[in-house]
Formats: sequence, C-alpha cells, structure tokens
Amino acid sequence: MITYREALHHALREEMTRDERVLIFGEDVVAYGGAYGVTSGLAKDFGEKRVFDAPIAEGVIAGAAVGAAMGGLRPVAELMTINFALLAADQIINHAAKVMHMFGGQMSVPLVIRAVGGGGAQLASTHSQSLEPMFAHVPGLKVVTPATPADGKGLLKSAIRDDDPVLFIEHALLYRVRGEVPEGEHLVPLGKAAVKREGKDITLVAYSRMTLVALQAADLLSQEGIEAEVVDLRSLRPLDTETVLASVRKTHRALTVEEAWRTYGIGAEIASRIQEEAFDDLDAPIRRISGVEVPLPYAKNLEQAAIPDAQRVMKAVKELLARTGV
Amino acid sequence: MGGKTAAKVGQSGLDKKTLLNFLHQMLLIRKFEDKAGELYARGKIAGFLHLYNGEEAVAVGAISALEPHDLVITHYRDHGHAIARGLDAKRLMAELFGKATGVAKGHGGSMHFFDASLGFYGGWAIVGGHLPLAVGLGLASNTLRKNQVILCIFGDGGTNIGYFYESLNVAKLWNVPVVFLCENNLYGMGTALHRASAIREVYRKAAVFDIPAERVDGMDVLAMREATVKAVAHARGGGGPYFLEAMTYRFRGHSMADPILYRDKSEVEEWKQRDPIILFQQRLREEGVLTPQDLEQMERETDELVADAVKFAEESPEPPLSDLHEDIYANP
Repeated sequence: MITYREALHHALREEMTRDERVLIFGEDVVAYGGAYGVTSGLAKDFGEKRVFDAPIAEGVIAGAAVGAAMGGLRPVAELMTINFALLAADQIINHAAKVMHMFGGQMSVPLVIRAVGGGGAQLASTHSQSLEPMFAHVPGLKVVTPATPADGKGLLKSAIRDDDPVLFIEHALLYRVRGEVPEGEHLVPLGKAAVKREGKDITLVAYSRMTLVALQAADLLSQEGIEAEVVDLRSLRPLDTETVLASVRKTHRALTVEEAWRTYGIGAEIASRIQEEAFDDLDAPIRRISGVEVPLPYAKNLEQAAIPDAQRVMKAVKELLARTGV
Repeated sequence: MGGKTAAKVGQSGLDKKTLLNFLHQMLLIRKFEDKAGELYARGKIAGFLHLYNGEEAVAVGAISALEPHDLVITHYRDHGHAIARGLDAKRLMAELFGKATGVAKGHGGSMHFFDASLGFYGGWAIVGGHLPLAVGLGLASNTLRKNQVILCIFGDGGTNIGYFYESLNVAKLWNVPVVFLCENNLYGMGTALHRASAIREVYRKAAVFDIPAERVDGMDVLAMREATVKAVAHARGGGGPYFLEAMTYRFRGHSMADPILYRDKSEVEEWKQRDPIILFQQRLREEGVLTPQDLEQMERETDELVADAVKFAEESPEPPLSDLHEDIYANP
C-alpha cells in the first residue's frame, strides 16, 4: 500500500529512468519538491538539467513544454494547480492542442501538464476549482483524472509515453490516500474507464475524488440491500462511453457524480450519451450530482455543503430507485 | 528610426551568387505577395491574408544567416519567412488555396505555414504566443545537444504582451540559443507603436534582461544578414539569447480587410523611397554586381515561379472530406 503521492512520484521516476528525453520543469519542483511533494528528490537524483524550476509564469511554462516537445523532448510541466492553468489556457488550447492538426499532421506534441484540481482544503474560490470540463471540451487535448494510487501511477506513465498533449489533473485531497499498486511495470491505458465496483441496481459514473465518494456511498447502500455499480471514467478525453453503456444496460439506471459545476458539465455529457445510445435500456431518468454552482467559499461548513458527499449520493440513489422499485 | 546599416556590398564578403540570390528571394516574395493579394480580391484565397510587401529584406537577410539544421518560428505574416527558408512556393500557394497539396494540407492557411523538413516551425497566429515555444525549442536544442539556433520572429505588436517578458526572462535564465527578431513596422494592426508601447525603442525592452540587443536597418538586406550572423554566432556559442529589432515598414495594409485609415500617405510614400528591393538593386548595379540582363532574367524566373505556383494550386485537389477527422491525435 502506497499513497497517491508516492505512486505519482514512482511513475515520474520510472519514466525518467526509462527515457532520457523525459524532463520535468515547473513551479517549485526542485528545492520545494513540488507544491504537493510529488517531485521531491528527483532533482537530486536526475540532476538539474532534467528537473528544474521555472518562474511563476504559467504561459511560458506551458509554452516551453510545447516547444520542448516539438524539439524532441517529452516534458512533464508542473503548473501547481488547475486554477493557474487558466493563465496557460492559450498555450494549452491554442497551441498544444493545435500543432498536430493545424500543420497538417507533420508533428505532434508529446507533453504532460500536471496540475492539481478540486476543492475541500479551504483554499477559497480561486484555488479550489474543478475546471476539467473546460479543457475536456477541446479536441486535440487529452484530459486524465486519476482517483487511486494505481491509476495515478499507470495513467501518468501512459501519459508520458503518449504522443499527444495530456492534461493530467490530480486531486488535492487524494495525495495521502493509500492503495495497492501492482508491482513492476504498471500501465493504465488512456481513454479507458474502469468498473471499480460491480452492482446490479444502478450505475454511478464518477471520476477523480468523486469515485471514492461514489464507492463509499455504494458500500453504505449495500448495507441497505442496494447494489450500485461504480464506473470510474479515469480519462475525460478520450471518453470511454462503451464501459458506461455496458454498465447501464445491466443496471438500467444511472447517476453521475462530479465535483465540477453542473451546467455544461461531465455529467451532462455522460447523461446525453446514455440517452442517445441506451434510451430503451433505462428504467428511470438519469440524474446528476454535482458541485453546487457557487464559487467555493472558505468557511468549512459552507465549503463542505458545496461539494458532493456520500450522503447526497445515497439520497439521490434512493429517490431514483423509489421511482421504479428495485 | 534608422538602425545599423551595412557598408558597401563589396565589403560584405559575399560572393555574387549569394548576393543575387538575396535579390531573387526578395523579388520572389514581392511577386508572390502581389499575386496572393490579387487572388484574394478574386476570391481564390480566403480567410485572413497578411502580406509582407516592404519587409522582404528582414526575412531574406536574417534567415540567410542560419544553418540548415537551425529552426525558424514566426508569426502570422509568414509568407516571406517561408519563402526565404526555401519552402516550395507551389505548396505555399496551394495552402492559400486550401488544397490538399498545401504545406499544411489545407488545415492552416496563410497564417500557419509549416515545413518540419526545412526547420520551418510555423506560422503562429496568437500574438506573442510562439515566443514561449521558441524557449522550449531552445531548451530541446541544449538538452539534446543539437547545436541548433532558433530564430524567433515577431512584430512590434508582440512586445507588449506578457508572453514577451516571460519568454525573455526564461530564455536568459535557461540560457537558450534563441535569436529574438522583432520586425518593427511601427504598427500593431492599425495602432501605432507609440500608442501601444511605453518604450518606443523596442530593443531596450530586451536589454533589461541583460540580453544583448540592437537595432538594425530592416530595409537593408545586408545589414540584416550581418547583424543576424553575429546574433546566431552568439547563441550557437553558448552565449544565450540575442535580440534584434529590425526597423521596417509594411507597404500594404495589415490584412486585405484593412482600409489603412491610420497612416498618412506621405509616411507610406516616404518609406517606399526606401523599398528594400529597389535599394538593393541600385547598390548591386552601382558596384557592378548586377547587370540589366541579370535583372531581366531574374524578373522572368520569379514571374514563372509565381505563375507555376498558381497553376499548381489551381490544379491541386481539395482535401478529401475524410480528412476532416485526420491529424487530431497522433495516438487516437
């Protein structure tokens, strides 16, 4: 059992050892070891030509990653948080996501941008956002949101090996979460969801930390005789619709769980795809649990009220089942 | 105004063939641009079209200082740079026509020329957005010991955005081999430099980062070459970034949609007196390097190259509709 932080660290270490073209730069990655400690010790072990600090200037960090990738490197850039990725959004959306297409397929940009997303640490409204739907909207990007140490490691390794730009979004509250990680080479493919818990009564579709919330709710529901299946999307783009549909065809009910805001969100997209492809399999309308649509407040009680938890998930599940009976 | 001007042609150390090739390239750019403007008016070319007329000496002089393995990365007024770097005029014109044979398969158009095989890394259309990319390319050159110099070209309008300062700062910090070349044509679209920049001598903005920076006469192809040779040697020798400000002028509008209401006719006429092609022709003639026959032949050759390019573009197929879904991902 290792932590999410350790799993990510191992992924970086293994990939840097495997491929000399992999290098890390970004905010506070050397002496500080990364704002959340993921890169701790890497500069010492690999040297400061491969792990080095950048100024707090997200535009040039992301843009230098694009250029470095065009120049033959496989950079892993650290932006500290997804909130700061807004300062790099032009580089991510107008540059990284366009190189392959706009120049007629002559060149791709194999880069990873790591950033922390999500709330729950009382950091108030500019440091607690779940902005992944904005980036997942964009063709040309890949967006990955691991929930567990094993997926964190396997997805980060795959992201580094991938030839396209990947936005790798970690969750602030997951770094200390422990989990089993397979020994040896462990890769998780991008664009593949995973059934994290099997069940017959309802499908809970979640990603990132909300996967753990959904699993917690499913355990509690099980004590009441309700068996929920939990699908962890893991990647938001490419989006694995098939795994979701297969589950819904089995359970005939679906509830999406996301920390991001509801309007134009991931849940909306999933619900839409389910009704387009599996309408006749549904026994009830699809429901969404999302972050409350407000800027995240600082006060603990207010912030907690804005972020979905197992109780909200359980309540929604029960309401859904009450419509049709199990 | 001004900037460093070159001495006599004869003192340039360049042979006749090279000198005539400079003129040939400048003429080809001018004719390519005039033809593109004409075809735009006739509806053959769409989108935005930013012509390079008047600035030819900057591209030709500066790019001549590079080695084949060096890289050019530039802004959206990119036709002149592409031609100077040796991209095929046929495939450039085909790109303007939105044809499958274009340098970017018709995906990019005028603002996004690209040819990786010639080290021409775009054609970028977000003002200032490619400066960070140049830093990254320089980083790759250093890390992978490629001994490459990256020539990064942008306009005066690109020196007021955060990217400019972020990139110069990091370029110096990381000691990357990037030659920053500002084409100062005095206007960012229709806004005069003095209305947009608190500092009118653009090179001074680089000097604050302790990056060697100088102003060059951008209407003088030999001055451009001389300055860029020096800048490239500095970068290649491990000295880090270098900054050049080329004083130049665009003879036509910002784009084809521009009615040019923001500058006086007298100003335009004054600059046209310093047309880089006419000036260079005069100097070559005065020093006996260019004969009337040479010029006549060159005019004919460049006319033919442009005519061939148009013919090729006209006859090329459109991209197949199946191409709509191509080239989004390398690993779909």
